[in-house]
Amino acid sequence: MNTLIIIAVDGVIFASWLFLISSGLTLIYGVMRILNIAHGSLYTLGAYAGASLVIAYFGRGFWPQGSYLVLLGAALVVGLISGPLIERGLLRWMYGRDQVFQLLVTYALFLILEDVVKLVWGVNPYYAYKPYGLLGQVRLGGIIYPWYSFLLFAVALLAGVLLWLFVTRTRFGRLVVAVIYDPEISTAMGVNVSRVFVVAFTLGAMLAALGGAFTAPMIAVVPGIAVEVIVLAFAVVVIGGLGSLEGAALGALIVGLVRAAMVHVFPVLELFTIYLVMAVVLLVRPHGLFAREEVRRI
Amino acid sequence: MRLVLGVTLAMLLLFLGLGLVLPKWILFLLTLALAKGLVVLSVVLLMHAGLVSFGQGLFFATSAYTVGFAMKLLEIQEAVVLAGLGMATSIAVAALTGLLLARYREIFFAMLSLAISMILYGVLLKAYGITGGTDGMGIASPTILGLTPPPDRLRLAMYAFTLVTVTVMISFVHRYADSPLGYTVRAIRDNEVRLEYLGISVQRTIYLTYLLAGGLAGLGGVLVALNVGHIDPQLAYWTTSGEFVFVALLGGTGSVFAPLGGAIIFEFLRTYAFKYSPYTWQMTLGIIMLAIILFMPEGLWTISKVFARSPREWRLSWKRSA
Repeated sequence: MNTLIIIAVDGVIFASWLFLISSGLTLIYGVMRILNIAHGSLYTLGAYAGASLVIAYFGRGFWPQGSYLVLLGAALVVGLISGPLIERGLLRWMYGRDQVFQLLVTYALFLILEDVVKLVWGVNPYYAYKPYGLLGQVRLGGIIYPWYSFLLFAVALLAGVLLWLFVTRTRFGRLVVAVIYDPEISTAMGVNVSRVFVVAFTLGAMLAALGGAFTAPMIAVVPGIAVEVIVLAFAVVVIGGLGSLEGAALGALIVGLVRAAMVHVFPVLELFTIYLVMAVVLLVRPHGLFAREEVRRI
Repeated sequence: MRLVLGVTLAMLLLFLGLGLVLPKWILFLLTLALAKGLVVLSVVLLMHAGLVSFGQGLFFATSAYTVGFAMKLLEIQEAVVLAGLGMATSIAVAALTGLLLARYREIFFAMLSLAISMILYGVLLKAYGITGGTDGMGIASPTILGLTPPPDRLRLAMYAFTLVTVTVMISFVHRYADSPLGYTVRAIRDNEVRLEYLGISVQRTIYLTYLLAGGLAGLGGVLVALNVGHIDPQLAYWTTSGEFVFVALLGGTGSVFAPLGGAIIFEFLRTYAFKYSPYTWQMTLGIIMLAIILFMPEGLWTISKVFARSPREWRLSWKRSA
């Protein structure tokens, strides 16, 4: 029984992290039909911005709990600056070209951003561990968890709920949905599609940076953390169906729970969980759980 | 056809001659570039069908580790046998993964091939007792056709072996590109649904091309393993595969020689970039890649086409494109 609780808690915590890194990717794909390999770089930017700001914040001796707001602010700033810059500066010239072609463009962007990070922050690791221990610990099912893990869960949940409210309850969100279903018809109906694209990309970048910023206290922030995130985020998004937010949430939850179970039952296979889940899902549903039917054009 | 054969033979002789005069470090880079050129060629083959593989590292690493295990467990030293074995295991892996991948196109193909190569990476990393984990494995110097090259001639011998292997594969791929299968592959990129209506199985064509690409990339892996003398899981990492895609774009898809040219330029570019700007090396790559994608969608091979035309046309075409 205890093991089940531990698996559930571990699973949900990991799922929250997965959802944070993958929700932006799926949002951007859904709206713009671009699979953004540079998503991992945005995550890295968020992590670096979060870590360096938090270190500076504690250096001044301000109210320690405020560091969470600093992390949040770092993510918003990174998203607000890099999102419009990348979309307006680079991606908008690529619309209407092959998807694979756009994939390569974001790959080039990923390569560039990898070194931009090194140029701005150097190659030495950043340790912003203080927010991690700040909230203390809790004992659950005989295992000690830091409260920070649950904060991560709250952040992911809040991000998911806000995103869902935005898409379903606001006027602009409804326009985003319209563009997701058919950009051409939306244009014909008078929707300013390029504005929707900017907003969607900026939101996606913010989510990636949010994931990075809140991961920063748990890890040593070093160059090269982007490469792995891309693969994980992609796998989650494929399981759920490219472009589907519900899919990303469900995919993250499945992967999180299965991984937590694997850790307790077959620790050797832990690394492959995500791919196993992906393979099984794709065998049953070739384009993911929540994939929409696509019309093949002749 | 005859022209290509002539060019191939002339290139072979030229490169063999170069091997005798060039300093050792350049020879090593050239050998490596030729070997990796085979992997790039496999990426280009798939690009002909409109597919971008971000996972050629899968075959690259499979065959390299095949060489490692064949040497360690079976004590095979013969380069030709090792090359055959490496290709066989790569094709076997391709036969398996191809069943899944041949159903997908575009982004799905790219990212699923990436995911599969990452699985191999994980296996190589985790099976520490067998593969040595991140430490990798050492590869002894092989015998070539039963002969043991003397240590001071080893570089040259391996260069010649690589060169001949690559030449054979290039002519084979050229024949393939001229075969009905090769034409079908290029038609897939243009319009897949119409091909289906013509009664051609697109899935089967892609599967076969994928097998060939797997074999080619595998052979490249064998050659790199034998030349470098060391293998590690990084061979299967997705950034390695990304590099092949980069070189494929750099060289272009215009000719069977383009990937080799791209690979040679890339190896030298990398050597000098590492020397002069180690921290901005990836950025340089990214910027070059963007420039190629935007201004030279057919890669550096476009330049050779410009020269192939008559001077008058040449000027005109410059004006038009400017």
